[in-house]
Amino acid sequence: MNQFAISAANLVKEFKVNKHVVTAVNGLSLQVAPGETFGLIGPDGAGKTTTTRVILGLLSRTSGESSVLGFDSMNDMYQIRERVGYIAQQFSLPPNLTVMENMLFFAGVHSVDAEEQKKRIPELLAFAGLSEFSNRLAGKLSGGMKKKLALACSLIHEPQVVMLDEPTLGVDPVSRREFWNLLGNLRAEKGLTIFICTPYMDEAERCTRVGLIYEGKLIVDDSPANIKRVIPGHLLEFTPSDFSSALKLCNEMNGVLEVQTYGEKLHVFVDDVLKCKTQIEDALASQGIAYDHLREIEVRMEEAFISLIRRQKESVEQNEMIGEVR
Amino acid sequence: MSAEPFTARNHELPILIQNLTKRFGDFTAVDNVSFNVQSGEVFGWLGPNGAGKTTTIRMLLGLIKPTSGNAFVLGFDSATQTKLVHANVGYMSQQFTLYSDLTAMQNIRFYGGVHGLSSDELRQRIAEIIRTAGLEGRENTLTGSLSGGWKQRLALGCAIVHHPKVVFLDEPTAGVDPISRRQFWELIYQMAKEGVTVLVTTHYMDEAELCQRVGFITGGKLVALDSVSQLKQTQMRGQVLEIGASDPEKAMRILKAAQLNGRIPFDEVALYGAQIHAVMPDAQKYKEAIQRLLMGEDVQVSSIERVAPTLEDVFISSVKAPAAIV
Repeated sequence: MNQFAISAANLVKEFKVNKHVVTAVNGLSLQVAPGETFGLIGPDGAGKTTTTRVILGLLSRTSGESSVLGFDSMNDMYQIRERVGYIAQQFSLPPNLTVMENMLFFAGVHSVDAEEQKKRIPELLAFAGLSEFSNRLAGKLSGGMKKKLALACSLIHEPQVVMLDEPTLGVDPVSRREFWNLLGNLRAEKGLTIFICTPYMDEAERCTRVGLIYEGKLIVDDSPANIKRVIPGHLLEFTPSDFSSALKLCNEMNGVLEVQTYGEKLHVFVDDVLKCKTQIEDALASQGIAYDHLREIEVRMEEAFISLIRRQKESVEQNEMIGEVR
Repeated sequence: MSAEPFTARNHELPILIQNLTKRFGDFTAVDNVSFNVQSGEVFGWLGPNGAGKTTTIRMLLGLIKPTSGNAFVLGFDSATQTKLVHANVGYMSQQFTLYSDLTAMQNIRFYGGVHGLSSDELRQRIAEIIRTAGLEGRENTLTGSLSGGWKQRLALGCAIVHHPKVVFLDEPTAGVDPISRRQFWELIYQMAKEGVTVLVTTHYMDEAELCQRVGFITGGKLVALDSVSQLKQTQMRGQVLEIGASDPEKAMRILKAAQLNGRIPFDEVALYGAQIHAVMPDAQKYKEAIQRLLMGEDVQVSSIERVAPTLEDVFISSVKAPAAIV
């Protein structure tokens, strides 16, 4: 028995696709302590879902180790299933069953006895704010309510760990907030360990720790605050009237560390705010480029993510070039 | 294709909706909605799940008929001149309708064929789309094995293969990573610069901030319609105080309790990434009281200042208490 809720060491998962071997998870190691909310983030196709499924024992691993609550992913699948709640990516609940019938169905799957069902189902429905909808067909629920029902169903067997794969996809901001408030309550009241894959960087900010996965490897593993601190420089934001000229101008400027673009906006990382702000304003003015809202903003996980991935790509390309020279 | 004459009154407007209503049985999905979109505009069509966004788009595309009112695209009546509408618009939904067993190039060729492009036009368009969508090197990859961001850009390419003047994008960026989202928005802006009109729905409020104008729909009713900066001034009830705290979850519970017992008249307290956004009538007045309250419970306050509302703040404010109909 180890002390970690979730643990993986040198985890490798290979798939055979048309006689080619594709390595989806490539020597990944991570540890999640009990009570943590761990966010797994990364570019599309980096291996988030595969990692989650291998750890759960839904896919067999090629090599390495992985366990949940000390139970081995491959050998102790049933022990894991009894103790872990899981929401799969783009899951669907039986739409022709009511909210109550869905709860009963999942209770049955997890062999929750009748006495316990009577107690837990009303509690979970109240927790998810679905008590008054218990007779509504799941197919008739709004997107946000479906996600909350899925969460309630995944908790029916009182798991110690929940693994959620992009649980708020396609959900509006109000419902997303409500979903995260529910997770916050679970964490505060039950000390539940939460493992969540998410493409939303504001959700990543709410995790106690974040792992950034890139080409099947964990390249960053830290608290959101520490991850943001690693990004060098200060961040200026503005909207220029002539986007491509402004972009070129910033890219060539002294003191500019990195430029990110977003729609019509430019995000410019600089070493010295006062110096560079004046410098940029002067340069824009001299080229007759209008702009608005030139100001310093806080670095968010969003900008940190883009910066980290960009640097990772550059270092991989550099290594490849060095390799070719050799 | 240019057959029927434009109706004189509407031909300037790419999208024009007048008193549009759609009922399904006794459920009103879209309720007397009117707005228009100007040429070359990037228009954000926002609202909670089930608010009527997709139903509106389906009426604009002529896929379903309005119960009453009219939808015009480029002056064509969507309900009666559907073929003309289809010949001139591009549509991309959240479930990209790409053939996974065709290569990227074959998908573009297929959609080009559907729209009746000649082989010369097709050759030229394929090259253009592969280049602008950044699909070089993936031309012959099976679509099924492309990752999210690639697939999404290919889907957009297929949707615009026939050079449409108006493009409808229904949650095009759901579930793709931050880098792909930015690349996608660069494509949107590129199209807009070339004079294409874009109507886009999204649940990412940071993306909605990139739209030139947005409409909020909730419960089938249009509740706000303006530029992002105007909406922040007119639709936001109260002022936003941004609070950075050592333990944001604990700070949230303290502030929620203060809201419930009426100690501080918050309209809304919510986590926004790692920061707390508290909305109240007079931020300056309660700033010190909030700070004292948190410090008194051993929560360190690292920053507390009034900030301009984000579009997410406005969204939640509008959706919770719809203001006057535009």
